[in-house]
Amino acid sequence: MSLLRDVSPRLWSIRSSEQVALAKRAAQITTELQQGVKKPYKNVIDVSWGDPHRGGLKPLTFVRQVVATCLYPSLLNSEALPVDVQQRAKSLLGQCDGGSVGSYTTTRGIPKIVQSVSEFISQRDGGVQSSPENIFITSGSQRSLMMVLKLFVQSEGFTQTGVLTPVPSYPYFNMALSALGGTMVPYHLCEEQGWKLKVEELRRALHVARGHCNPMALYVINPGNPTGHVQSRKSIEDVIRFAAEEKLFLLADEVYQDSVHDPSCEFVSYKKVLFEMGPPYSNSVELASLNSISKGYFGESGFRGGYVEFVNLDPTVVGYVYTWFSLDTCSAVLGQITLDIMAHPPEAGDPSYPTFSEEIRSIKDTLASNVHRVQDVLGDLPGISCQPIKGGMFAFPQLHLPPCVVQQAKEAGMKPDVLYSSLLLEETGLSVGAGCEHGQREGTHHIRLCIATPEDNMEDVLNRLSTFHLRFMSRLS
Amino acid sequence: MAENGVLHPERVLTLDTMNPNVKRVEYAVRGPIVQRAVQIEKELKEGVKKPFTEVLRANIGDCHAMGQRPITFLRQVLALCTYPELLEDNKFPEDAKSRARRFLAACGGGSIGSYSMSQGIELVRQDVARYIERRDGIPSNPDNIYLSSGASDAITTMLKLLISGEGATRTGVMISKPQYPLYSAALADLGAVQINYYLDESKNWSMDASELRRSLAEAKKHCTPRAICVINPGNPTGQVQSRQCIEDVIRFAAEENLFLMADEVYQDNIYAEGCEFNSFKKVLFEMGPKYSNKVELASFHSTSKCYMGECGFRGGYMELINLDPDVKVQLTKLVSVRLCPPVTGQALLDLVVNPPQPDEPSYPTYKKERAAVLAALADKAKMTEEIFNKVPGMSCNTVQGAMYAFPRIELPQKAIEAAKEKGQAPDMFYCMTLLEEKGICLVPGSGFGQREGTFHFRMTILPPTETLKVVLEKVEEFHRKFTEQYS
Repeated sequence: MSLLRDVSPRLWSIRSSEQVALAKRAAQITTELQQGVKKPYKNVIDVSWGDPHRGGLKPLTFVRQVVATCLYPSLLNSEALPVDVQQRAKSLLGQCDGGSVGSYTTTRGIPKIVQSVSEFISQRDGGVQSSPENIFITSGSQRSLMMVLKLFVQSEGFTQTGVLTPVPSYPYFNMALSALGGTMVPYHLCEEQGWKLKVEELRRALHVARGHCNPMALYVINPGNPTGHVQSRKSIEDVIRFAAEEKLFLLADEVYQDSVHDPSCEFVSYKKVLFEMGPPYSNSVELASLNSISKGYFGESGFRGGYVEFVNLDPTVVGYVYTWFSLDTCSAVLGQITLDIMAHPPEAGDPSYPTFSEEIRSIKDTLASNVHRVQDVLGDLPGISCQPIKGGMFAFPQLHLPPCVVQQAKEAGMKPDVLYSSLLLEETGLSVGAGCEHGQREGTHHIRLCIATPEDNMEDVLNRLSTFHLRFMSRLS
Repeated sequence: MAENGVLHPERVLTLDTMNPNVKRVEYAVRGPIVQRAVQIEKELKEGVKKPFTEVLRANIGDCHAMGQRPITFLRQVLALCTYPELLEDNKFPEDAKSRARRFLAACGGGSIGSYSMSQGIELVRQDVARYIERRDGIPSNPDNIYLSSGASDAITTMLKLLISGEGATRTGVMISKPQYPLYSAALADLGAVQINYYLDESKNWSMDASELRRSLAEAKKHCTPRAICVINPGNPTGQVQSRQCIEDVIRFAAEENLFLMADEVYQDNIYAEGCEFNSFKKVLFEMGPKYSNKVELASFHSTSKCYMGECGFRGGYMELINLDPDVKVQLTKLVSVRLCPPVTGQALLDLVVNPPQPDEPSYPTYKKERAAVLAALADKAKMTEEIFNKVPGMSCNTVQGAMYAFPRIELPQKAIEAAKEKGQAPDMFYCMTLLEEKGICLVPGSGFGQREGTFHFRMTILPPTETLKVVLEKVEEFHRKFTEQYS
């Protein structure tokens, strides 16, 4: 028997992901197909990950050219690369110790890049001040979340730290919270109203939680994952007011800020709204806002890059926060470089601008088109319904499964949406995410599809899904 | 709490509500002395007059920052992976291109920007397993290999698994004194009990079984020891453990039922004659089934050190031996929480474990560059030891490996008192004064741990030879003056 049998019970409590089992099966099927096993489809399409490149979208040329040049500075003299690529690479290398991306950087990140990020934030927020002193570049928003949660989540002591968490949510947040020994205080988003966040629901959830844990923070995802909801300014104000009244630290996960599809919606940052609300909110509500290079137009999930900006941190804790972040030594340098481009992209007049803006426009159009197609196709299918996808990278339709399916799933020891997803995978080679991974109201079932994929792939996805769904529903009648 | 006469409601996150483990964390390598160095650099830039024109940083094991060049082949393949259009460019050699194609085929959507599986890309883990087999002559299973974001990520993951209990059952973890302060920081963060075992300075910092036993016996009184961490080659001490020492530690771990964590990130950095790197895994298996079937071992490696020095990529792995299958399930779940290690780091690691072969076009250059880096380090290690040992009041053990010198310094009583008045550890006071007077940034031994009443500092041997010579001379000058001043 292993020593590690004494493994911390807290870790056993991290929910096992059924998605992992589905992912393994998807990989197995791919191997079977490669070995010539006959199936009703030629390949597996995987839209279960929030990964644009895996979905088939291409990286931005400027990003890859700059990163490649930073990696291999001999390219600085290459005529094949545009002048602005070379200039950017040269400037960034000049900020790396020893002129190499292989060096550690300072804890916060390369100072000029942190400065760029603060300027980006300020510009985004219509001039609201942003200081590099409050920003840390990290190896992605998941890392940011874990670092920030660790600051206040305690599992020892009288009361376990609670964090108000949306249902449905981003499953890795829930896992991170569990791993740290905190507890989730679920608040339900209102599906019938496009997954709206309602303050009464926050209040209800908090009221229930007090007495069995110590709620300290409120986690919001805007635009929503998996819901695609984009919060209105008023909604954000209400949440801020609630956080102030109830003394909660606000964690604003804003990684999908560049993904707003509905022209009538607009992303507005929690920070901006906070400042525009003025005192006492603007100088007292504690906020950590997160952004990442993994989503939006960049989709560079593998590079691992993002940042967290803190607002209204107590001055006495600032030093500890800095030491805490310095334990990572630094975040991946290539991620920092990509973040610099995100904060300060090519501008009109730069040689790379036409290609860069064309690529962005093309991704935007693809996503907008995909949103329409998804809503059209799902709208026509019986037994499946989807709230309007205002933003984000996913569709999260509800499956209206008849009781016999629910029963069948129970007998198989599976959640109904996992059963549905498994059958979908086996019969059509389409891999989606099961709704139970994200949390959902009791008795409801969903699947999650990533819509960041080329249009023809989206068509294929929708074909496979509708073919399967119709067959599935007719089998039951 | 009032600020500018305006009343602010109390914050949610305060010193009182903050996670006490976070408060306990200290990390000397990035600590106050480095922060002061940064300040001084700023002042120099602003034109403030000082007795020196630049700060010489010998505090952190960052090779490229000190002028070491990256290995051409590695960077070529990474550039090709990043911007595959370069595959059409005939300035890149064929072996670099074929490696890039092979790696990209293993990435989601053929892009290095996709997430990978949390355990790391299977192709890379297979290559790592083959590397380990070649190195040790012992089979290695890719399934027992977990890629990580630098070795630090893997080390803290294993510590998370190990730490549990309360009071007398609280996990104790043995770590050397001196040690690399990531360990003490991680143990503080995770609320584990740190159990120190002294390395023997009189025997070139070797481990000693009787000292291990002493430290363990003492610790058992107030915690439940579950693991022992060993750094070989050592940081900050630079010793390369003898095969005999390694066997002793393995035997000790087996007898005392301890999980063995072997930090081997400096495995290629071996300089002194008569020294050779023996992996814990190899020695374990050569000791036969009595040990190799029983002792639970995690060995760690990284792309940050050796001849590559690619700290900024955050590449690394751990190999697990004899891990309980149920615990492995928990481990796999735990690593999935952090999504995946940087894919560029995984690509780099793949190249490190699968370098150009003698029949490949890039081989001559690769071999030359690698040899040059390691030879330069060996020369600098020797030079450092020689120069320091000539200084009265300083003694430096042979820098057998790794990247640091950790000389012992004798401090006059008056200096110790002056330090006390300032509320600083004596060697911190010494290093701060050195920084202010000579612009040289070193890390005091108190940041790594040392026997009571002894003082040391850690200096890297990374600056280019000429610069290093200057640093050594200045330190020597300073030491003489400091000793005189405080006699």
